[in-house]
Amino acid sequence: MLTPSLEKLRAEIEGYARDYGLDFFPTIFEMIDYKMISEIAAYGGFPTRYPHWRFGMEFDGLNKGFIYGGSRIYEMVINNDPCYAYLLTSNPEFDQKTVIAHVFAHCDFFKNNMWFAATNRKMMDEMANHSARIRRYIDKYGIDVVEDFLDVALSLENLIDPYEAVTMPKKVNQQTEEEKEEESKQTKNNENNAGQKKDVPKLKVEKKYMERYINPDEFVDKQKEKVEVEKKIEEERFPPKPVRDVLSFLIEHAPLKNWQRDVLSIVQEEAYYMAPQWMTKILNEGWATYWHSKIMTQKAMTDSELIGYAEHHSGVVATGGGGLNPYKIGLELLRDIENRWDKGRFGREYDECDSMYDKHNWDKKLGLGREKIFEIRKHYNDITFIDEFLTAEFCDEHKLFTFGYNKPRNRWEIMSKEFEDIKQQLLSNLTNAGNPFIYVVEANYMNRGELMLQHKFEGVELRMDHAKATLGNLQKVWDRPVNLLTVAGEKPVILRYDGNHWSQQELAISKEDQEAIDENNKADQRP
Amino acid sequence: MARIHSIDKDLNRFKQIVRGKVKEDLKKYITKGEMIGRKGKDKISIPIPQIEIPKFRFGQQEQNGVGQGDGEVGDPVGEGQEQEGQGGQGEAGNKPGEHELEVDLTLEELAEIMGEELQLPNIEPKGTDKIRYTVDKYRGIRRVGPESLRHFKRTYKEALRRQISLGGYNPDKPCIIPVREDKRYRSWKTIPEPQYNAVIIYIMDVSGSMGDEQKEMVRIESFWIDTWLTSQYKGIESRYIIHDATAREVDRETFFKTKESGGTVISTAYEEALEILGKDYPLEDWNIYIFQFSDGDNWSADDTEKCIDILQGQLLPMANLFGYGQVRSFFGSGQYIGDLQKNLNEVENLVLSEIPDKEAIYGSIRDFLGKGK
Repeated sequence: MLTPSLEKLRAEIEGYARDYGLDFFPTIFEMIDYKMISEIAAYGGFPTRYPHWRFGMEFDGLNKGFIYGGSRIYEMVINNDPCYAYLLTSNPEFDQKTVIAHVFAHCDFFKNNMWFAATNRKMMDEMANHSARIRRYIDKYGIDVVEDFLDVALSLENLIDPYEAVTMPKKVNQQTEEEKEEESKQTKNNENNAGQKKDVPKLKVEKKYMERYINPDEFVDKQKEKVEVEKKIEEERFPPKPVRDVLSFLIEHAPLKNWQRDVLSIVQEEAYYMAPQWMTKILNEGWATYWHSKIMTQKAMTDSELIGYAEHHSGVVATGGGGLNPYKIGLELLRDIENRWDKGRFGREYDECDSMYDKHNWDKKLGLGREKIFEIRKHYNDITFIDEFLTAEFCDEHKLFTFGYNKPRNRWEIMSKEFEDIKQQLLSNLTNAGNPFIYVVEANYMNRGELMLQHKFEGVELRMDHAKATLGNLQKVWDRPVNLLTVAGEKPVILRYDGNHWSQQELAISKEDQEAIDENNKADQRP
Repeated sequence: MARIHSIDKDLNRFKQIVRGKVKEDLKKYITKGEMIGRKGKDKISIPIPQIEIPKFRFGQQEQNGVGQGDGEVGDPVGEGQEQEGQGGQGEAGNKPGEHELEVDLTLEELAEIMGEELQLPNIEPKGTDKIRYTVDKYRGIRRVGPESLRHFKRTYKEALRRQISLGGYNPDKPCIIPVREDKRYRSWKTIPEPQYNAVIIYIMDVSGSMGDEQKEMVRIESFWIDTWLTSQYKGIESRYIIHDATAREVDRETFFKTKESGGTVISTAYEEALEILGKDYPLEDWNIYIFQFSDGDNWSADDTEKCIDILQGQLLPMANLFGYGQVRSFFGSGQYIGDLQKNLNEVENLVLSEIPDKEAIYGSIRDFLGKGK
């Protein structure tokens, strides 16, 4: 409940926000004091969560950071309909105005960005429901048993396919038996059709008449053979294709008790719900900062509040010691885009323009900027956002650089200021919300029912102690031995855990492959 | 919206897990005494590696990132960059990066962990009938007293009771007016509480043969002894005696810093101890603990004989516990511990312990405190 004066403010700011075209669910603001805010933050903003020590740990850390480190949680917004937001009672009025504006922009983002379209808008209630279910299990089976299993489940919570979260969150438990049968019939049909349509891969040919020379008949025959063999392997292999959504796979196929299956699916649902937030952090924060800044400076701020506001805002967008502040980067990039689209600095003509002078003065007065950023907030996530709109000029202007660990010198250093490097590094960090790609490739490995996962290696190795511990947790779920194909010490290895022992086995690499790897490594080393 | 959820349970559970970790690694902490930071009078902080839920994730040092700011290629950047896309949960802004967890424990909690892990029995203080101090407890009610001690509820009840029984009470328009007979006041009782006190006398050999490393071991060990005994006694005092060829009492700082050089005459320290005890700590009221650390190289066999006499005749009879810890040094002969062993073999409150290196501190503490004296 807001005080009458804050309620007035809220109505005023909401007026401005809607005038600007922001569109959001009705928003409920709650006032809490600094003691509560760490508590709420520890629970991710949901007042009712299942009991677990991770929340205690989160709280402990936040509390200390808040009291000692000046780490200030400015606001918290929950993706829900209605939208919930928390305000700190101790904040002065200009702070509250800024935060309220910031909140409305977040709510607008949640409502309109397509990556959130499939999220559960009644998550407030759903979290409470999860909590109730888990407490029932605790009552029934004991806190230690349930907590142990939760520890296991949480260890696997990042093994989802975030794109699944966007298309259709699975509700595996709720399918009836008949529904399940229908579905498997349908999948079989699809697979058969796909098999027939599968084209024989041919070498790409520019002009049709060349085909006879490039793809002589026997070559095509050999290719056809290959496809047949591959198809056969696929049919025998389970799963037929590598599965990225490991959690779903486990829920469906692991020998779990019913309550365990339920707990695992609770963890999965919550992970699905959070996934879009990790995928759009830069854009979302940039959007909210853009609007709090616009609303405050153009409409809502009084003269006397200027200093306070400036302090708050600069706190939000500060960069410390070389770190990348998502609020700032998102904000600056959005402003850059607005500027460019207002001035027409995009498109073929602009890209191909050779003259620095012309580019610098380019202004077609198109005024498309505002429209463009609204479109962006609707369709983009961080990766597509950066991929399409990051420019060399932007990197220059904002002094971006890549950094890495210099082993011989035992410290982190600036590695490059080249645009291509920066973009590539940023995209790489954003991919999969910073998580490694892990797939289920075999559920009947060695024909002994062993699970085989593959880490799709893209240049960065896993943290070994965690990987081993996670394998241990996987084994608890799968019950039979589990394997992970990954790279350790620059060599492909299979990590294995059978319930008692861990083992690590190097794979033999062919001579050609080893040469290729060595070549690659040489190229990586810088003078 | 639902009212705020109480986080106490989860926090306690977390703290429990942390304590479990500290217990697990207690041996490590005892050995590496410097890891423990002192936070005010009663608290200490221990750094423990982050308790994390393991996941498949990238190794930190492998991960390059993008930063912002001034600098050229090759310049160093700050530690622990905030990586995009990673992080825990929640929508909080400005999240701190990965840091080592520092956990605050009170000395009492630490002593508890110590007790559990080392299986230290609680100390049964020497019985004493002497009452040390009194305590006032406000538990009673009486009919007279100063207004500052009036008991509102009881007074009201009395008045209500009177009015109802006399028929003057109207439930539709209740109006209670107490009269003098209704008034009630809080009263107190003086309760004597036995207080057990302890004094610890630390004796350290600071002759030339005791180096910095040896002193460090003594410092670590004395910290743990302090912690344990403080948790067992309400009042505790510590006194420090250093000696080489002569002995003197010093404060704690000096105790650990002094670097004399000279011969070693242990009996002087014993005599100094006797003097302190005789003057300030009457036997009936105090539980006496004496811990002596030396490298075992006494001046002469004669002096050793003198020492054994003092021990047998005076110090040992009055002490709950006399612990002798012998550290190893290059120059010390290490003779003394053997002499004590030979002559005072069956004495129950004498504990001898060898501390050749930091690893042995753990065992030594257990030796000293494991008897429950």
